Amino acid sequence: MTTSSLLPMLAAQLSQALRKLDPRHLWRSPVMFVVWTGSIATTAVAITDPSVFAWFIAVWLWLTVVFGNLAEAVAEGRGKAQADSLRAARNDVTARRLEPGGTETVVPGSALTIGDRVVVEAGEVVPGDGDVVEGVASVDESAITGESAPVIREAGGDRSAVTGGTRVLSDRIVVQITAAPGETFLDRMIALVEGAERRRTPNEVALSILLTTLTIVFLVAVVTLAPMADYAGAPQEPLVLVALLVCLIPTTIGALLSAIGIAGMDRLVRVNVLAMSGRAVEAAGDVSTLLLDKTGTITYGNRRAADFRPAPGVTADELRDVARFTSLADQTPEGRSIVDLALERGADDRDLPAGATFAEFTAQTRMSGVDLADGRSLRKGAGSAVQAWLGADLPAAVQEQVDEVSGAGGTPLVVAESGPDGRRSLGVVHLKDVVKDGMVERFAQLRAMGIRTVMVTGDNPRTAAAIGREAGVDEVLAEATPEDKLALIRTEQRGGRLVAMTGDGTNDAPALAAADVGVAMNSGTSAAKEAGNMVDLDSDPTKLIDVVAIGKQLLITRGALTTFSIANDVAKYFAILPAMFLAAYPALDTLNVMRLSTPQSAIASAVVFNALVIVALIPIALRGVKYRPLSAEALLRRNVLVYGLGGLVVPFVGIKLIDLVVSMIPGIG
Amino acid sequence: MNDTTSGLLTIAVLGLLLALLWAPFGDHMARVVTGTRHARLERGLYRLLGVDPEAQQSARSYATSVLAFSAVGIALLVAILMGQQHLPFSRGLPGMPWDMALNTAVSFVTNTNWQSYAGESTLGFTAQMAGLAVQNFLSAAVGICVAVALVRGFLASRSGTVGNFWVDLVRVTGRVLLPVAVVGAVLLLTQGVVQSFADQTITTVTGGSQVVPGGPVAGQEAIKQLGTNGGGFFNANSAHPFENPTPFSNLLQILMLLLVPVCLTRTFGTMIGSRRQGLTVLGAMAALFTASLAVAAWAETTGQGVAARAAGAAMEGKETQFGAWGSILYSTATTSTSTGAVNASHDSLTPAGGGAALVNMMLGEVSPGGVGSGLYGMLVMAVVTVFVAGLMVGRTPELLGKKIGRPEITWVALTTLITPAIVLIGVGVAIALPSTRDALGNTGVHGFSEVVYAFTSAANNNGSAFGGITVTSTFFQLALATAMLLGRFGSIVLVLALAGSLARQRPVPTTAGTLSTQTVLFGSLLVGVVLLVTGLTYLPSLALGPVAEALTNGALS
Repeated sequence: MTTSSLLPMLAAQLSQALRKLDPRHLWRSPVMFVVWTGSIATTAVAITDPSVFAWFIAVWLWLTVVFGNLAEAVAEGRGKAQADSLRAARNDVTARRLEPGGTETVVPGSALTIGDRVVVEAGEVVPGDGDVVEGVASVDESAITGESAPVIREAGGDRSAVTGGTRVLSDRIVVQITAAPGETFLDRMIALVEGAERRRTPNEVALSILLTTLTIVFLVAVVTLAPMADYAGAPQEPLVLVALLVCLIPTTIGALLSAIGIAGMDRLVRVNVLAMSGRAVEAAGDVSTLLLDKTGTITYGNRRAADFRPAPGVTADELRDVARFTSLADQTPEGRSIVDLALERGADDRDLPAGATFAEFTAQTRMSGVDLADGRSLRKGAGSAVQAWLGADLPAAVQEQVDEVSGAGGTPLVVAESGPDGRRSLGVVHLKDVVKDGMVERFAQLRAMGIRTVMVTGDNPRTAAAIGREAGVDEVLAEATPEDKLALIRTEQRGGRLVAMTGDGTNDAPALAAADVGVAMNSGTSAAKEAGNMVDLDSDPTKLIDVVAIGKQLLITRGALTTFSIANDVAKYFAILPAMFLAAYPALDTLNVMRLSTPQSAIASAVVFNALVIVALIPIALRGVKYRPLSAEALLRRNVLVYGLGGLVVPFVGIKLIDLVVSMIPGIG
Repeated sequence: MNDTTSGLLTIAVLGLLLALLWAPFGDHMARVVTGTRHARLERGLYRLLGVDPEAQQSARSYATSVLAFSAVGIALLVAILMGQQHLPFSRGLPGMPWDMALNTAVSFVTNTNWQSYAGESTLGFTAQMAGLAVQNFLSAAVGICVAVALVRGFLASRSGTVGNFWVDLVRVTGRVLLPVAVVGAVLLLTQGVVQSFADQTITTVTGGSQVVPGGPVAGQEAIKQLGTNGGGFFNANSAHPFENPTPFSNLLQILMLLLVPVCLTRTFGTMIGSRRQGLTVLGAMAALFTASLAVAAWAETTGQGVAARAAGAAMEGKETQFGAWGSILYSTATTSTSTGAVNASHDSLTPAGGGAALVNMMLGEVSPGGVGSGLYGMLVMAVVTVFVAGLMVGRTPELLGKKIGRPEITWVALTTLITPAIVLIGVGVAIALPSTRDALGNTGVHGFSEVVYAFTSAANNNGSAFGGITVTSTFFQLALATAMLLGRFGSIVLVLALAGSLARQRPVPTTAGTLSTQTVLFGSLLVGVVLLVTGLTYLPSLALGPVAEALTNGALS
């Protein structure tokens, strides 16, 4: 986020921030509540015993509270805009309810109950969440996913779920309602992005406990400083003690903590993933095992031709051209991939000779190919099918190639021809699952982050192992049934590991529910979406990796800003302590390393810095600390350097600069 | 050989001896607390106590045992001290007044050994031996037990149990402290530490007659150091020639008081199966110790003030036979280990040197700290460090395979809160009382330092005194006793609560994404967190005490 986009956002949320000055709201953050109490106290002092200094401190303490509220308001504001557009999709929907007799009644969408069946036709809006029980339709889900391309929804199978608020573009479907009004996906989504249901996550609570304890320590330190100062012959005004207290307690992180949490959820929403709880987002950062489906996630859904292996006495070009001919009319993805590979290997881009007829794949022949006008027939198919067509065993060399290809986890297609000299096999086409671009690198990154990947597939162990090796996954679960998946998750969890997985089918539901992070595909069944704790609106299984990164980023941002906040205190002490006790012990001026101009300007500058740093860090709180998939050690070194060391140094510079300005104010400087 | 060379050489010898003993003695302690076999004598003791040595205790039950055992210890000791005139070898001395007896009993049971009395003129030999020396052993053993229980908390997998207090107590006392103390006592005897059951009346050179106090000193002296107790038999503590007669006995005493706290890091590493982790903890402790020693050496040997410059070092309040170096090493070791024995007057240290001693205690006694308490104190700081640092690597923080969640951070936060709160509130109240001003030996900044030192020493269970301040008023007796009690048992209860919640967890496996806690980076962070937490809490009191004094004396100009 750039500063130019931040400023209007801050301005827009100012009134919201002022409304949050209500102590009932602030009580939730003990740190900010202390600042609020301090603001009231200093204001009372400023009224009863007015001075420029007193008013200056009072005003800046109030600003500190306001800035904290502002951070939260801005974070919430980003979600609100999204919620408003979602709400527009929900409003004023009518439903055509199917009565038991087969008649239709028009009722408001809000009157539907679970189990009702409604008819939705082209141009109409789906009135509530449900499963398609009859028909097929293309549905525009852009209201929820932002994706304008329509999707197909059909009865039965894993693509039966429709969401209330989406629009049917073609055909007619009957939907059985599965969610009561007010509890639909859209409703939950609105509540989530608005942060209305936001509960503090476990780690956020733990951090709050630490921050509250620190606040108590500083409270004790400042309160007991009063008699110590009296003894030293330098009694301190309450105003100064309050200023010291506010500077010492971790206001920076205290003010930004809830904004960080809201922004984390928001970042997920921006990649079109909805987390049902903040707890799930945090868990994502901790995930140590990822269960990934092979098909569609790790590999392209279909097998592709990877190699031509000619039989002895056949040239590579000959095999290539024949294989291409057999596939030219073949519209299956495998067929097209053979044509592509042949072109890649230098085949002429010429059409079939005139008079050729396409021999389609049938369950009987289990082959496809062409019959040419000159009487030659070209075929490709599984080894056993071609063997039957040849009427003889495959030549030993070809059989060897067939075994080799299957041994490597691929699918061998034997290419054969029948000509004037009889029938003969020309060689083998090696079909294999192709790992998606960039997957190998992503898995390497995951490994560096300490995350183990398990590829789940229905393939036989040999095929599965071969693809697993190629993709670089750590483990393979072959011939996997939903029960196997569930068992694997349980085993991992017994070993103390957190498991994340994606799923879409109803039979994935138990595993999704058991996983610590279960991302259901929006295209999946309602059961799957109900079981998972996140829903991916784009139905992109690889997004699991982004989800993990966002979870980590959330925790890193918290840790980094906590470190920064606490490290800041050193400089504040160096500003305020000499200022407080200079009169009693002139030698303490040695500690005034920043050479701040007067005791009053020193204290005022520390207070101003303390308030301004909150505003300065709002962008980082909202955007999150930059996360790179590095090892823990490297990440720590980097963040300690930036936020720990930075937290020590920055306030020295900041307070000095502010002092230069503040010292010009008459009555302070 | 000049003083500096011999001083540095002494430190080198000390370091070498500790390095040699680290592994064998640390592993011995690990075997003692993890072994499954009981000696016949131990079995007899368990039967006598009605304890099933095979039973495992929950953290709550362990804590109850510690508290009950210590409460009985305090009650017994109060009775012995108040009624010592009825005991044999009482030297005709009367019982202690109740407030002093309570303060002393609490002091010895909490392993503080703060002394508001002079041993030779207040206590008979039975009270010293059967009262104080017994607690020197037991209070030290309790500290080690609690540290071991915390380590077991990290090791346990969902059992929720942290060992058996009575077994730990018996074994640590019988198999670790007693044998080493015997060896130590014999070595001290060779140096001339007395061990007798009578005072001697001698004729002085001028013909007058003088009573030279004697007593069973050597036996008590050994455990005084080994158990990081520090309570002297005589008022002058280890500056007394009968307690610490030679430079060799001086070195031996320093070695003994560092021995258990230092070697417990090895015990810890061995128990968790990662010696490097033990080394990392030791490294952090050693860094803090060395830095403090360097500051003290600079302050005391470079000569602050006219008299000191003339003498070549700040020799006021120091024994000439130990010299500046022997005194600095002792004062650093004794304040870094919660021992509190002294061989020089800390009140007479230069402002910076005294400040260094004060800071050693303010660190929470973790460099390397008291027996057991140093290890558990440092592990608590490691949890704080890992909580913040762990977040920065993007995971729920975990230490040694245990997640640091809400319950863990609650116990840890309260542990880090309790001692500073006691010190600050104690100083705040004391300094506000008009009566305190009369009790101070000095006015102004130095008087303030005396009060801060007293409460810091008591709450952190160190027990050394800045001197100067008179602490025999009922207010100070009770205030300091409260500080000692809360500082010791408040922390112990919280640490055991932490151990319990760790023990109930299932361990998380280590992956590349786990923050390694055995690296130099983590050790440095640990040092940084200890310094930051201490600094932020105590900077105002330090600024008004030693810092103001040092700067006013022109130490940094």
